[in-house]
Amino acid sequence: MKALRDTRHMTVRHLLALWRQPWWIAVSLIQPVIWLLLFGALFKAVTDIPGFGSDNYIQFLAPGVVVMTAFFGAGWAGMPVIEDIDRGVIDRFLVSPVTRGSLISGRLASWSLTTAIQSLIIVVLALIVGATFSNSILGVVILIVEAILVGAAFGCLSIGLALLIRKEETLIAAVQFLVLPLSFMSVTFMQKDLMPSWMQTVSDFNPLNWAVEAGRAAVTAGPDWGAIAGKTGLLVAFLCLCAFFATRAFRTYQRAV
Amino acid sequence: MSEANAIEAVDLRKSYGADVQALDGLTFSVPAGTVFGLLGPNGAGKSTTVKILTTLAHPDSGSAKVAGHDILDAPARVRESIGVVSQAGGLDREATGRENLRLQGQVFGMGGRELERRIDELLDQFRLADAGGRLVREYSGGMQRRLDVAQGLVHKPKVLFLDEPTTGLDPEVRAEMWDEIARLSGAGLTVLLTTHYLEEADQLAAQLAIVDKGRVVAEGSPDALKRELRGDAIHIELGTEAAAEAAVREALARVDGLDEIIFDDRVLHARAEDGARTAPTVLAALDGADLEVASVTVARPSLDDVYLRFAGRTFGEAESADDGRQTDHAKKEAVR
Repeated sequence: MKALRDTRHMTVRHLLALWRQPWWIAVSLIQPVIWLLLFGALFKAVTDIPGFGSDNYIQFLAPGVVVMTAFFGAGWAGMPVIEDIDRGVIDRFLVSPVTRGSLISGRLASWSLTTAIQSLIIVVLALIVGATFSNSILGVVILIVEAILVGAAFGCLSIGLALLIRKEETLIAAVQFLVLPLSFMSVTFMQKDLMPSWMQTVSDFNPLNWAVEAGRAAVTAGPDWGAIAGKTGLLVAFLCLCAFFATRAFRTYQRAV
Repeated sequence: MSEANAIEAVDLRKSYGADVQALDGLTFSVPAGTVFGLLGPNGAGKSTTVKILTTLAHPDSGSAKVAGHDILDAPARVRESIGVVSQAGGLDREATGRENLRLQGQVFGMGGRELERRIDELLDQFRLADAGGRLVREYSGGMQRRLDVAQGLVHKPKVLFLDEPTTGLDPEVRAEMWDEIARLSGAGLTVLLTTHYLEEADQLAAQLAIVDKGRVVAEGSPDALKRELRGDAIHIELGTEAAAEAAVREALARVDGLDEIIFDDRVLHARAEDGARTAPTVLAALDGADLEVASVTVARPSLDDVYLRFAGRTFGEAESADDGRQTDHAKKEAVR
């Protein structure tokens, strides 16, 4: 009960901060727009490769861009935590009766809300440039849920790392090191059958890939709901693991104070 | 353990890594309802003490009670009873003053009209009523510091920790801050103040402990500590050009409680148990010997003298020597 109340208070804190910089939403949309419009146009011809199985690359790419945008954004979740550490905000809460977990869950909750809005905007943009989304609203909702699940998990990882290394430069390096390789070793840009076989194997263990596969299937006609549920279950398990890591990192942080 | 003590720290030890012994058997107690000062140079272990007493850090050994609760067995109860103003402050710069205070109150389970009333009260008390709706990033240093203290008081704690509350402030703003802090005492609030300004401890603390290298080297009221130095300094400037030293010494030999007489040209330096009481006798003795006096100064020993006596070095020396310690510590922090 107290945990929920504390989470709500922390969520309000982060939403208010975001509300004061609405331009941030616009900035965060620049990347997905580039992926959709430039990358999508540049690689239009990949649909001609035999076995690609789709004749509209934007259509193929759009769900991947939704998930990837959430994933990229979540990677930076640790940056404001480092600022909070430097300004003494984290310590101030640690010497108060606040539920420790709410310091993480409050960030995730506010992040999830803004990511949902951001994802909806990308869906609308994709519709404008010619993508279609099957299974109506349910499909889109599932797509956004997958994006939030994988983003929340990597957000926890980022927050945990921030608490352990407490240096912005190091966190930036770590995030860069993870984000692009994981994106390319997924079906975000390319049909799985056309990937080198070792990449196919890696992608089976890549949480980002689970989210893209499940999200894309959810907005494609005639989806395999069982497979989507399986991938979603994996993502939930992965999120729990990452959340556990983040809470442990809090303890390690406090021991080092 | 006595119920009248708001803080009791017993033999606290804490080291960071192999060679930084931040606390080395620190023991002190703070009577409830007083302002207690922990005075020491940078790196003496003051901030580590605050971190341990506020449950942020764990001691390697030793024990402590704050507001009657054990910091290791009942940290949650300790946190409910304390307000903390750390050196870094802990304000959210992207939020308004009012929002900062509101979140702090909510964290302590307050809310609704009661909380808003409390916030108004604090904004008034700390002269921030007009600034409450502005973002903290727009505040001046002094305003931020006042909001820091207000934030530590929202939930009406029993014990307030002020860790170096005036470090980095202009002298003028520092004096204002002292007034604010002086007003806090009373009304049952216990304040633990850490500082490396001798003047600040002297002015604000009813009792203080002088900390050096992680240990308490002296404890008592500022005046008592200074009295332990046995006496005030008396400086007498003689009027006659060529006052015969022998005549002066003879005149002063009859004065009780005056010693360490040093003759320096026309100025006479001496120490007396109680300078204010001895000075008139000295003047009478000199007058009786027909020796003219131009001026008399009685100076109480400063806390700097006290520090010199107990730590074996002057405060300034300790500051520069221990800055090295501090830097080592900071380096370790960065590596970790």
